[in-house]
Amino acid sequence: MAPVKRPLFDPPIVRRAVRDSLRKLDPRHMVRNPVMFVVLVGSVLTTLVLVRDVAEGRTAIGFTLQIALWLWFTVVFANFAEAMAEGRGKAQADTLRRSRSQTLAKRLRDAGDRGSAQTVGAAELRRGDVVLCEPGDLVPGDGEVIEGVASVDESAITGESAPVIRESGGDRSAVTGGTRVLSDWLVVRITANPGETFLDRMIGLVEGAKRQKTPNEIALIILLSGLTIVFLLAVVTLQPFAIYSGGAVSIPILVALLVCLIPTTIGGLLSAIGIAGMDRMIQHNVIAMSGRAVEAAGDVDTLLLDKTGTITLGNRQAVAFIPGEGVAAPALADAAQLASLADETPEGRSIVVLAKSGYGLREREITGLGASFIPFSAQTRLSGVNFDGRRIRKGASDAIEAFVSEQGGSTPPGIRASVEAIAREGGTPLVVAEGARALGVIHLKDIVKGGIRERFAELRRMGIKTVMITGDNPLTAAAVAAEAGVDDFLAQARPEDKMALIKREQAGGRLVAMTGDGTNDAPALAQADVAVAMNTGTQAAKEAGNLIDLDSNPTKLIEVVEIGKQLLITRGALTTFSIANDVAKYFAIIPAMFLATYPALQALNVMRLHSAQSAILSAVVFNALIIVALIPLALRGVRWRPAPAAVILRRNLWLYGVGGILIPFAGIKLLDVLITFLHLA
Amino acid sequence: MTPNGWLQILVFWAAVLLVTKPMGLYILRVYDGSLRWLGPVERAIYRWCGVDPAEDQHWTRYAAGLLVFSAASMLATYVALRLQAHLPLNPFHRVAVTDRQAFETAASFTTNTNWQSYSGETVMSYLSQMMQLAFHNFTSAASGMAAAMALARGLSRRSAGRIGNVWTDLVRGTLYLFLPFSFVLALLFVQQGVIQNFHPYVTATTLEGAKQVLAMGPVASQEAIKQLGTNGGGFFNANAAHPFENPTPWTNLLSMLAIFLVPAGLTYTFGRMVKNQKHGWALWAAMFVLFAAGVTTAYWAEARGNPIHAARGVNVVASAGNPGGNMEGKEVRFGIANSALYATVTTDASCGAVNAMHDSFTPLGGLVPLVNIQLGELIFGGVGSGLYGMLVMAVLTVFIAGLMVGRTPEYLGKKIQSREVRMAMLYVLIFPAVILLFTAVSAVLPAGLKGLGNGGPHGLSEILYAFTSVTGNNGSAFAGLTGTTYYYNTMLGLGTLFGRFAMMVPALALAGFLSERRIVPASAGTFPVTSPLFVALLIGVILIVGALTFFPALSLGPVVEHLLMGAGRLF
Repeated sequence: MAPVKRPLFDPPIVRRAVRDSLRKLDPRHMVRNPVMFVVLVGSVLTTLVLVRDVAEGRTAIGFTLQIALWLWFTVVFANFAEAMAEGRGKAQADTLRRSRSQTLAKRLRDAGDRGSAQTVGAAELRRGDVVLCEPGDLVPGDGEVIEGVASVDESAITGESAPVIRESGGDRSAVTGGTRVLSDWLVVRITANPGETFLDRMIGLVEGAKRQKTPNEIALIILLSGLTIVFLLAVVTLQPFAIYSGGAVSIPILVALLVCLIPTTIGGLLSAIGIAGMDRMIQHNVIAMSGRAVEAAGDVDTLLLDKTGTITLGNRQAVAFIPGEGVAAPALADAAQLASLADETPEGRSIVVLAKSGYGLREREITGLGASFIPFSAQTRLSGVNFDGRRIRKGASDAIEAFVSEQGGSTPPGIRASVEAIAREGGTPLVVAEGARALGVIHLKDIVKGGIRERFAELRRMGIKTVMITGDNPLTAAAVAAEAGVDDFLAQARPEDKMALIKREQAGGRLVAMTGDGTNDAPALAQADVAVAMNTGTQAAKEAGNLIDLDSNPTKLIEVVEIGKQLLITRGALTTFSIANDVAKYFAIIPAMFLATYPALQALNVMRLHSAQSAILSAVVFNALIIVALIPLALRGVRWRPAPAAVILRRNLWLYGVGGILIPFAGIKLLDVLITFLHLA
Repeated sequence: MTPNGWLQILVFWAAVLLVTKPMGLYILRVYDGSLRWLGPVERAIYRWCGVDPAEDQHWTRYAAGLLVFSAASMLATYVALRLQAHLPLNPFHRVAVTDRQAFETAASFTTNTNWQSYSGETVMSYLSQMMQLAFHNFTSAASGMAAAMALARGLSRRSAGRIGNVWTDLVRGTLYLFLPFSFVLALLFVQQGVIQNFHPYVTATTLEGAKQVLAMGPVASQEAIKQLGTNGGGFFNANAAHPFENPTPWTNLLSMLAIFLVPAGLTYTFGRMVKNQKHGWALWAAMFVLFAAGVTTAYWAEARGNPIHAARGVNVVASAGNPGGNMEGKEVRFGIANSALYATVTTDASCGAVNAMHDSFTPLGGLVPLVNIQLGELIFGGVGSGLYGMLVMAVLTVFIAGLMVGRTPEYLGKKIQSREVRMAMLYVLIFPAVILLFTAVSAVLPAGLKGLGNGGPHGLSEILYAFTSVTGNNGSAFAGLTGTTYYYNTMLGLGTLFGRFAMMVPALALAGFLSERRIVPASAGTFPVTSPLFVALLIGVILIVGALTFFPALSLGPVVEHLLMGAGRLF
């Protein structure tokens, strides 16, 4: 699924949202949102009063009519916000669904016999079935490769056009339904029944069909419901006070006051904010398996980051040749290059490149040299080349030392010193030897990704601790950690060490986030609070994660945390704004309600609103329009920059707290002028 | 307003600041068990009551203990008041207190409210005053403290719902805190001229030659705990305006200080317990700002006096020989500054003792005590109840605004989720619900309207004040409302019970829930709870949650009354 950048108000989405917002007026749906349900009841009540007035033939119904209309608008606007948020996901789900078009599968009756294929519909496949996928075939369902190697186009899921290799065994054995085999063949054991596949789950998640309220959302709804009850009490008891004071208030005005006071702004936008948060994850090509994971991402205290690929560029690179005594640097570079010509590892390539850029040594045509190559092996731990009687080797210092002494030579102390110096700096020394003579050392170094240090500094300011995980020895790990600016590192990490680290952090009350792709990562992923599984990873890893990164980019963990924080900030900002709004609304409505009984209350009409009716109407209209005005903010999330909590809080309090108190004063006054000008009240 | 008036107020402010830390440290030692000088007495009580002092109780058991204890002592008081004619120390042969008044009084004293619909000197025997009422003055204070300590423990440790031992908390609070301090304070009061005797009433001849009966009694001992325990029930009907209860400016200052002593110290104790002393001071600061704002408003309103009087040629400007302002209902020996200060202190702290009649304050001056109580009795607040009220507000503040830092809300490292919010909202909801519903019913029922001393908005203020006072467990009276009817005795008695126990139980539940949560260590990403910004935010939430609920009712009461006074109308 390619990330489609949609404009916020995409016309087809808006059209669908308008329809949905009316459909959502169903009380069975509304009751799930207590705040808006109260508004719905208020709208019905006001409408009934209107009907009664009309039936009794009263002429002055314009005011009640307008109040009723705007109350209905308030409900519909809130529904519209939710429908808009869902609409964006639904549009994405439609795209996904298209790739699930009727697929045919070649089911094998005998798993070992590729000739036993039988064509069936993909929908008939069950877990445990074995299918054959040949070039051009769509993989019919999620599964595990049990035989074969093939390149697979996964762009339907990931949006990444470069094909990936899938093979049996190891960490690249998982295939996803809906992807296409490009070359060779695979025998796949299906691991999910139809309707339960990754694609199905993704469609469900993207659509928000199975969205469950998150813990914080539930707590917030309790708070909002509580406030609604408080204001309901304040308004209901106002009538006896009014009667005591000698001027009962009409039902539409009481309803208007109630609707203005209860937190409709956040009540109306709350679910839209949650859906939009998951939607933003999707735009970053991360699928959240639950809203809870997005919320937890904002809470993360400790990030576990794999060194390779996240903090450093994939591999070590040669940065210097350090010749031994009596050896010229170009001679060392030459030998090193010769030894690496057949070495296709990134490290090997970097040696060839360094020799070329540093000493002008052109890459020689290896086949022309009549050379024989000694590949790297785990036993010898060295590699090299033999030609013209020359025996050139490169490898770990102890391996080369053994090689040299075997030839009757010995390693000079200068080279040993260089080896130790490089290791101390955290680099990897490779010694080059020719025959019985050690020539010098190649300095291989981890290259820290550009800008990563600044990201970690930002995280630290936000109070998030970063821990680098690496299989390197502690010396190397410490050097890279210092260069990248992480807070801590775990060297020579085995899966169980990682698990222990997570448990230790959690026991200290901290929430831990990590990424992983291998099967041996699965237990740690399951233990972590926020676990981002790489889409290229194994099925086990993906099932253990609560977020799946379709781009398989481990650096994205940081963005995931930021999206989580943005979601929470948006929720808090609009809650604060909504509650702060009440101050102005009181000053609009209370004097207006009792002006007839106590003309002295005009003193509280600080906005100098034109009349009682225009004041009440302005407040109700403002209350409805502010929901619409804030939909873009709810969908996009509030803007924020990484900073300490105190700084973020101060900024947001000014914006949404103080702003929330002041803006409605201006807004209501403006509406009052407009309403008076149009003679609406 | 005069420099002298402000000086007296500033002296009091400084005194509150000075006592906070030493008092806080003392309270800490009372409740952590390190004070032992009454060990034999303490152990004897536990043995006699069959209590295991080492038991760490689950919040449900803790709450049940408090409720059972309160119910039993309330019943005992009810019976004693009904039977007072047959009990000793009744030199004036007082008859049984009526059933409705005995219920109301028992409820009121059990809940630390001490709303009095009777005149102590004409209705109560000495035994009733001393054994029953003074007993509650101690135990109701100790039970408020117990609940506060329980909530503080819930926030400061992780203990699977266990929040302490209700019996040791009650016993230690009474033995080490309230008894010794009351003893010392009573002696100071006696030295200043507060009476303490069992004499028969004295008949005196006034300067005008009239005969006047002067009531006597063991006043000083009751006066001390009345202030220290923020109880507020006076020995005499005139309460602390009576010269035998509060004879001099010194007793007045001591009384006010005694009211704030424990609640102010508790903020320090709390800071110690949660290992965040700055947060303790932040709570203190929030309380102090609200208190200072109240005093300033009340003093300003009273010193300004009644513009209608001024218009009629009365000199309301203060001078050497004229206190100026509004002296109606105030004692000449206290004057305007000390009356306004006392009114603010007593209503901030849920005490309810009065040295002037709040009913006679100007509308805005009278609004201050009313609003103080309506904010939830947490501006220093009642002993214990002030702190747990404030902590509930802090939980809500952190929950509402905490999201804005990009983390799910946590307070002092404890995550605030739906269970905690539910209890906090319940706490916040019950208070206005009882006040507004009871007031609304009384404002339209003939039985409710019958007791009104005044009409118009002032009448509404009187009803509103009465229910606010009992539900807030304050007990001060606006006066003007005749509370000795079946209707009001019953409704007000019920108000005290709801306002105490329907709020204390959610607070204890909150304590239990919080104690189950692990403590997340603070980092740069944690919502700051020690900064001035937090103090401002906390005040904002208290004002918005508290004031907005009551704003409609207030605008039809004191607010409109004030505006009408400006227009030349009085009620």
